[in-house]
Amino acid sequence: MENVIRAGAIRVSAYLCLNDDREPTVIIHSLRARRARITGLAASATAVAVLVAACGGTGTGSSSAPKQFSYLTNVENTTVKTGLGTLANGACKAQNQTLPLNVDTVPQTSLDQKLQLLAGQNALPVQFAAGNAPALTDQLYKSGKIADLETKLRDLGVYDQIEPAAISTIKALYGGKMEVLPYEYNIEGIFYNKKVFNEHGLSVPSTWDALVSDAATLQSAGVQPFAASGQQGWPITRLVSGYLYRSLGPDAMKDVADGKAKLTDPQYVEAAAKVAELGKNGYFGKGVGSIDYDTAFNQFLTGKAAMFYMGSWALTNIDDPKQDQVGAENIGFMPFPAVPDGKGSIDQYPSNVGLAMTLGAKTFDSRVGAWVKCITQNYGSVALKDQGSISGFKVNTPVQDPNSITTQVRKTIGASTQNVLWFEALFSTKATNVSQTNAASLVTGSMSPEQFMQTVQRALSGS
Amino acid sequence: MHRVLGDRRAIVTLIGPALLVYSLVMLVPMVWSLGYSFTKGNTIDGFTGNGLHNFQRLFSDTAAHKALWFSLKYGVAVTVGQVLAGYLLALLYIFFLKRASAVIRTLVFFPVIMPTVAVGLLFQKFFQVAPQTGPMNSLLSTVGVGSVDWFGSPGKAFWVLVIMDIWRSMGFYAVLLFAGLVDIPDEVLESARLDGASGLRLVRHIVLPLSFPVLMSALIFSINGTLKVFDSIVALTNGGPGNATTPLTLYMFQTSFTYSDYGYGSTIALLLTVVCLLVTLAIFRVSRRDLTEG
Repeated sequence: MENVIRAGAIRVSAYLCLNDDREPTVIIHSLRARRARITGLAASATAVAVLVAACGGTGTGSSSAPKQFSYLTNVENTTVKTGLGTLANGACKAQNQTLPLNVDTVPQTSLDQKLQLLAGQNALPVQFAAGNAPALTDQLYKSGKIADLETKLRDLGVYDQIEPAAISTIKALYGGKMEVLPYEYNIEGIFYNKKVFNEHGLSVPSTWDALVSDAATLQSAGVQPFAASGQQGWPITRLVSGYLYRSLGPDAMKDVADGKAKLTDPQYVEAAAKVAELGKNGYFGKGVGSIDYDTAFNQFLTGKAAMFYMGSWALTNIDDPKQDQVGAENIGFMPFPAVPDGKGSIDQYPSNVGLAMTLGAKTFDSRVGAWVKCITQNYGSVALKDQGSISGFKVNTPVQDPNSITTQVRKTIGASTQNVLWFEALFSTKATNVSQTNAASLVTGSMSPEQFMQTVQRALSGS
Repeated sequence: MHRVLGDRRAIVTLIGPALLVYSLVMLVPMVWSLGYSFTKGNTIDGFTGNGLHNFQRLFSDTAAHKALWFSLKYGVAVTVGQVLAGYLLALLYIFFLKRASAVIRTLVFFPVIMPTVAVGLLFQKFFQVAPQTGPMNSLLSTVGVGSVDWFGSPGKAFWVLVIMDIWRSMGFYAVLLFAGLVDIPDEVLESARLDGASGLRLVRHIVLPLSFPVLMSALIFSINGTLKVFDSIVALTNGGPGNATTPLTLYMFQTSFTYSDYGYGSTIALLLTVVCLLVTLAIFRVSRRDLTEG
């Protein structure tokens, strides 16, 4: 192939030389015509060769032994990147010398597309963020692109370095397989401003009605009850699933995935209606659809909003005095409240492993294994100590919690016995996108609860 | 020159390479994309034949119908706005500002050279209601109307998009139409004035018919550009709220690249191509009518 391209290039160069500085001529000699024909053919051959070369790239990155511990992650996630950097210069220095860490980033919105293209070319990196929805990760796993991490970790003798709760969460999300590593282990609930609650004589609500009543009190006192990002959408749909697993029980969303229930069933629509009512009463503040993730965070951490549904990854922000003007000691964490006569229990928390990270199957050699072994043994302590981030890896070096809320969340994780699924946990990429982009419309009233659930169900059914 | 262009081999030599490159970068992908319309699958699992299923799906897909309707609505609103504003500006340059129009022309043309994302962010800030109140809402509050969540409802978001795209491109159409108006001979205008035509009558009976060809070109440019709008919508609303401002192009992009449904994405692309072709043919048909006869 290379020879064909070179021959073509030489012919084109010859053609270009022939035509330099010549006076325009009107006579086409037969020799020149032949040359032109040859030139045309050469140009065609060159173009075809270039096209074939471009289209036929197979990206040998995955089939050959890796030269680096390449890691592709989303731009937004700086925690894992920083933690791995610390390990590369510390506990995993030897592994880093054999296989240097090389981090590459991509915006989270473009991650799925990039992964699909890389997978199609067999050019996936050694370690990478595993897609926005578990559905894509599962697809990569089934096509043999992702390593079977349970087997690998057992072979390396470090399977016990993963917290059992994290393993259980991963298996619940990824069809019973260990497809990802728990660089994060989060539970979700409602963070609240203790100071504001005390000022208005409010106690921590344990039921949905009490939550709504507290929100009404705060609203009438001129305090925005909830901060939420309508632009991201999921902080709103999480409230819908919260109501669902409290009212219908922990299998509420699994039943939808299994086809035993539909989002358009009355009890599901009721959950959407309850959340829509919060929006109708203005509890999310003005222009919730335009509020992005950072702004919502900022509203809560500067005391402009009293409550904030979020995952325990927020502890990193809460621990940062530059961001947290309220003070970690003034922030509390409560579970999603119970629904009267509901089948769910208040001590069941939705848990996740963040935007999960996984490893390619074809690049997983002994040097990558050494890296993975070192990570599983050390990342838990490093992430907690340096960044206040809770992972699903065991904390082997004792670390003192930076504040009381971190202690509370860690205790809650330890005591949590049953995992529940969030709204989009088992959705396809399309249904996840449709759900999250329409969430703001649900709380601004542009869409009725019936319309919202119907739209998401349609995306889920693939029509 | 005649002898060169009369020689078939010379013609092949001259246009052959360009035609080949054009075919490789334009026609081959188009045909390839058409082929994908009959498949399902993605880059991970590979592609398999799917018959006419994607076309059947297109007929029953309400989201595609909604996107098509939005594209047409948006195309008509922005085209009318762009060409009308451009034509009025061109008339202003020719008949009122005359030689002094250069500065105004430059200023009005300026948004054309600005990156679309920057314009999108500018309008986002201009119309925002939260976290800070934008200038538009401040103005409305000052006059007692109160703040409006412009991006929270489909109707309002649509009009902000239309206003943004008209503002962004009217300078281009003004220059394009200005070039057409400059070509109208002064003698014709002068004789029309001597015959008593002035103001609107002059525009209606002399300027409009004589600038009709360039007006048609502007219309074709504009409708094809607006039917294929993508960047300005992604920058300003990203198709929201929900999918209320999602045109066919964005729906095609999401289907192909976000949901990895390349086969159905190609079918949507084919629909868009057919729509553009039909609209262009319709405009050509209308343009055959000689306005000077009316």
